[in-house]
Amino acid sequence: MPSALINVPKKARRGDVIEIKTLMSHIMETGYRHTASGDVVPRDIITSFTCRFNGTEVFRADLYPAIAANPFITFFTTVTESGKFEFEWIGDKGFSETAQASITVE
Amino acid sequence: MRIAACIALLTAVASTALAAEIPQAERRSGYSFMSPDTKAMQDEDTANPGMLFVLDGEALWQRKAGTANKACADCHSDARISMKGVAAHYPAFEKALGKPVDLEARINLCRTNHQQASPFAYESHELLALTAYVAQQSRGMPIATGDDPKLAPFVEKGHALFMQRQGQLNLGCTNCHDDSWDKKLAGSAITQGQPTGYPLYRLEWQSLGSLQRRLRACITGIRAQAYDYGKPELVELELYLMTRARGMPVETPAVRP
Amino acid sequence: MANSNHTTRRTVLGLAGGAAALVIVRPADATPAMLQAAIRNVVGEANVRAGKVKLDIPPLVENGNTVPMTVSVTSPMTADEYVKSIHVFNEKNPQPNIGNFYLGPRAGRAQISTRIRLADSQKVTAIARLSDDTFWSATADVVVTLAACTEEAI
Repeated sequence: MPSALINVPKKARRGDVIEIKTLMSHIMETGYRHTASGDVVPRDIITSFTCRFNGTEVFRADLYPAIAANPFITFFTTVTESGKFEFEWIGDKGFSETAQASITVE
Repeated sequence: MRIAACIALLTAVASTALAAEIPQAERRSGYSFMSPDTKAMQDEDTANPGMLFVLDGEALWQRKAGTANKACADCHSDARISMKGVAAHYPAFEKALGKPVDLEARINLCRTNHQQASPFAYESHELLALTAYVAQQSRGMPIATGDDPKLAPFVEKGHALFMQRQGQLNLGCTNCHDDSWDKKLAGSAITQGQPTGYPLYRLEWQSLGSLQRRLRACITGIRAQAYDYGKPELVELELYLMTRARGMPVETPAVRP
Repeated sequence: MANSNHTTRRTVLGLAGGAAALVIVRPADATPAMLQAAIRNVVGEANVRAGKVKLDIPPLVENGNTVPMTVSVTSPMTADEYVKSIHVFNEKNPQPNIGNFYLGPRAGRAQISTRIRLADSQKVTAIARLSDDTFWSATADVVVTLAACTEEAI
């Protein structure tokens, strides 16, 4: 299973705007490269990234071959209650990975 | 313009007389040549893609392998304790072979001898991940390679290779990395070639890679025939470079352009 | 002296060879028409105005394979007034799209960061869609330097 790194504060106050950072292992093969013998290396990228908080979508991204290998995505969200962030990466060749992080509202 | 500048530089390099070793006080990690953006990528673990390999290495450390059905952890327990400072002494002299081995080769010797498993291929994800995990336990510690007196003749061989001109460009490592490290080549910093953060994540590679991979690329860059992975010449070069970087902190997993 | 000149000549050949190889392996660039079509696909017939969007990207990058980029939009983030989405495009990669990022009022701050690939020196454009369906944009020029000693890709 590919590794992911997620940075979410463990604790925050209600109403705080927090930054979430995510890093996912993936080669992001563009589909525009050729082997020495001239064959196209088939595209193999992550096409979609979603973050849900307690089941509700709070951020989503469509990714294209121009996103660098091992996609790094950061964004902000407002803390409303204690709960669980769920992250989902979906891509070519049936790629589908998830990660989770919890936050406690003080 | 760019090509003209390169020619001017290389001509200057070629006409420089004898290389002098960089004094201790002037030794600079490749980190110090990088842009603030690239430095930021190395500085924060969540932003450093090399850490993804370290995480994979941590999992591999616990995984049983081979007919002995042993994991690294079964002999070495917690790597955070047992591997602390180990990478700072590599390449090290391997008695059974009568020659130095680098950290990757050490890991593969453990696999074949103790786990009775097949060795990982050079530059395989597994070997890079496990090496990065072990080396990361020495992060921040000063490089101390070369203490063992049995290494001396091999350090000397590595030094000779470093000085030797070769390839169609007729350049030695020293012509760029001792003599011209304060200059640029096609817009890129030349750097001193201090191997403080291997295996490291190179933006060009978009992956982690070993010091041997970097050396092979450099040798190809001067249009010489690169030594195959694992050849004694590469290990001797690694050994000399690590003794040349003595005292500098280990940065694994570093990020470089 | 003669020997020194000889070295210089070989250097020219070497560097020229490297540059030619790069040109050959690079696939066709996105055309201005492709870029316009990609933008129209997102904004429809709406007018895209300059402003409100800030695109932070280094003007000179060390390697086009991994270029850090941050887009932020000056806008309230309330239930009534917020940034819906941010779209990033490039001029000269094989494909004009880089990424679409969907936010909403609860983002609290309309700012995203990622790392992108740029095949060559070119313009990067970020467009934000606000809750009133107006579109705002910023464009930045990026110079991509070639690595001195690149390896064969595969």
